[in-house]
Amino acid sequence: MSTDAKTLILQRIRRSMGRGPLPEEAKLSLQRRLADPRPNLIPARARADHGALVRLFIEKAEAVGATVERIGDSDRLGACLADFLKRHNLPGHAVAAPALQGSGLENTELVTLRFGVPEASDQTGIAPAFRAIAETGTLAMISGPDIPATMNFLPDNHIAILHEADIVGAMEDVFAALRKKYGSATMPRTLNFISGPSRTADIEQKIVEGAHGPRRLHIVLIGNGQKNAETDG
Amino acid sequence: MQPTSHDFTANAHKALQDENLRKALKRVEAGFTTARARAAAALPEFEALRDQARDIKNHVLENLDFYLERFAARVEEQGGRVHWCATPAEARETILALCRSVDARTVTKGKSMIAEEIALNPFLAENGVEPIETDLGEYIIQLADEPPSHIIGPAVHKTQDQVADLFLEHHRRYGKNKRLEEAEDLVAEAREVLRDKYLAADVGITGANFLVAETGSTVIVTNEGNGDLTQLLPKMHIVVASLEKVVPTLEDTATILRVLARSATGQEMSVYTTFSTGPRRQGDADGPPRFHVVLLDNGRSELVGSDKGELLRCIRCGACMNHCPVYQAVGGHAYGWVYPGPIGAALDPYFLGLEETRHLPNASTFCGRCEEVCPMRIPLPRILRHWRERAFSHHIAPPAERWGVKLWAALAARPALYRAFTRVALWALRLFSGRKGALRRLPFLGGWTDGRDLPAPAGPGFIDQWRARQKRGGTSGEHDG
Ligand code: SF4
Repeated sequence: MSTDAKTLILQRIRRSMGRGPLPEEAKLSLQRRLADPRPNLIPARARADHGALVRLFIEKAEAVGATVERIGDSDRLGACLADFLKRHNLPGHAVAAPALQGSGLENTELVTLRFGVPEASDQTGIAPAFRAIAETGTLAMISGPDIPATMNFLPDNHIAILHEADIVGAMEDVFAALRKKYGSATMPRTLNFISGPSRTADIEQKIVEGAHGPRRLHIVLIGNGQKNAETDG
Repeated sequence: MQPTSHDFTANAHKALQDENLRKALKRVEAGFTTARARAAAALPEFEALRDQARDIKNHVLENLDFYLERFAARVEEQGGRVHWCATPAEARETILALCRSVDARTVTKGKSMIAEEIALNPFLAENGVEPIETDLGEYIIQLADEPPSHIIGPAVHKTQDQVADLFLEHHRRYGKNKRLEEAEDLVAEAREVLRDKYLAADVGITGANFLVAETGSTVIVTNEGNGDLTQLLPKMHIVVASLEKVVPTLEDTATILRVLARSATGQEMSVYTTFSTGPRRQGDADGPPRFHVVLLDNGRSELVGSDKGELLRCIRCGACMNHCPVYQAVGGHAYGWVYPGPIGAALDPYFLGLEETRHLPNASTFCGRCEEVCPMRIPLPRILRHWRERAFSHHIAPPAERWGVKLWAALAARPALYRAFTRVALWALRLFSGRKGALRRLPFLGGWTDGRDLPAPAGPGFIDQWRARQKRGGTSGEHDG
């Protein structure tokens, strides 16, 4: 049934366009367009030196309601986590993406840490960011065997670990990095762009945070202001 | 949903007397329009991006067959399935069969206008599968058993008090017996109730803002995160989307995203933009083991390439209705079907036939603001004018309607909106009653001319007039942040 509907729909499209199937030449040129995707216009503010992009990212992320904390190196991650939980009166345990094992998060006695997939009862979840977009203060998170996508949505408090070197200008830069990692035209199962904590304005247009996803989005930014060429791209 | 577009004048009349609706619509105007203006002004490249977004979609529509085949092939190469459905009935049956294949008892749903278009919820419910809306706005109107009144804020017509009453009534069965007074508490209660639903659901259904031909990804854009929990937790993720959602590349998606949220809510980006590609992979920590895309045509294959084909550029941002004086006066339900506002008035006649929707092309003051703000530069007034002339030339509208429309426009622009509109509505009702035309759904017959003048834009702007009236003490001056 499905194939028939497909044929029918494609035929109708062609009839409406007043043509048959596209000639081979036209198809080839479309295939080339797909094989070599070019960015369209990228706003000027996304094209600055890395230091400026880091500043822009922080400004934009805070503008959409995330909190950003900078630390010099990842040894401090455990202390950061403990502080965060204490600051918000949260119970002293958290779940983290297995990809963060050995990241420095374990460096605290005050928090019971579990690496794995979050459950409904988990109040705090921690995941690594793949990249972050300065233009809009947006995190790019990918899913995989050691990064559950639910980490970004299920726990009420979401902590994202971001390396300064992974801050890029525009969404297009994230796509370029993904193609490097996965090969062309291939994506992780889930790619989440996240700009601030979950929110809704569905009741009288009043903005309320924590609609279904996390009420808090805390970004821990690791770096000492020096771009690390190795992780770049 | 059963269309009531033929009752537009009566619907509008009723809407004008609904005090709650008046307040709600005032918020739409104040909230959405200022936010959009601010966002547009803050991005110097905004107008150029609109041009590019328009050009991308035009390029897609020129080559729609190619991009759809490519998208479908990429989905299937990665372990998903694509179901091509020519009609809403086919789409409903396909979705039901998919639900049954995993013995689904409940399905959670992210917001999807296509699911509304095919009237999916009642169909699933009749067949023993309980659909649960998870977008807060959709959830509210599902409890109220009402259709959406706005394409991005389905419950914009509801007041907080009404929501509080609905929750009290429907959440009793979860042991919640307290009437809540704060928006925060209402959101928290809905969150709690829906959490269990996500975890229990067998299937998650979402719409799609984009289908990426390059990678076979489907893309949703939300603020709440409901669409993500909906698709990540169950055994199966079904995406329901219409043909024209396809875009060539990830880069093209990025370009259109830059104009989408700004036009919709005035955000630079919505909170969550999610690209989903195939089912859960080998070794993946989570995600849906099964991934299906239901591709709906419902006449779009005939719309493309026609003189109204530009409607297929629409990205459902809602800007045209937010800026429409008629929408602001009567709200979304008056339009009587899934798509309200200028885009609805232009699109609904195509789906429902001009007989059912004959009033909709007249629900316009031709002020041109919809086209001004449409990120995809869809010439909505021109298309409305076409429909109007079609109705005229096929004798669906009586000849008197032509000057009647002008009268309507003139009256609607006056400060005494209620009275004027009501009077026109009554007049129009008399005029249209009992008169039946012969046209069925035969979209692109010729026979009307292209170059007629549109009625001159009506005076110094409806909104200014409306505001002036408010200031003079029409209603109390309360505002929401
Ligand atoms: S017609 Fe334009 S303004 Fe209206 S919803 Fe579609 S894209 Fe947005």
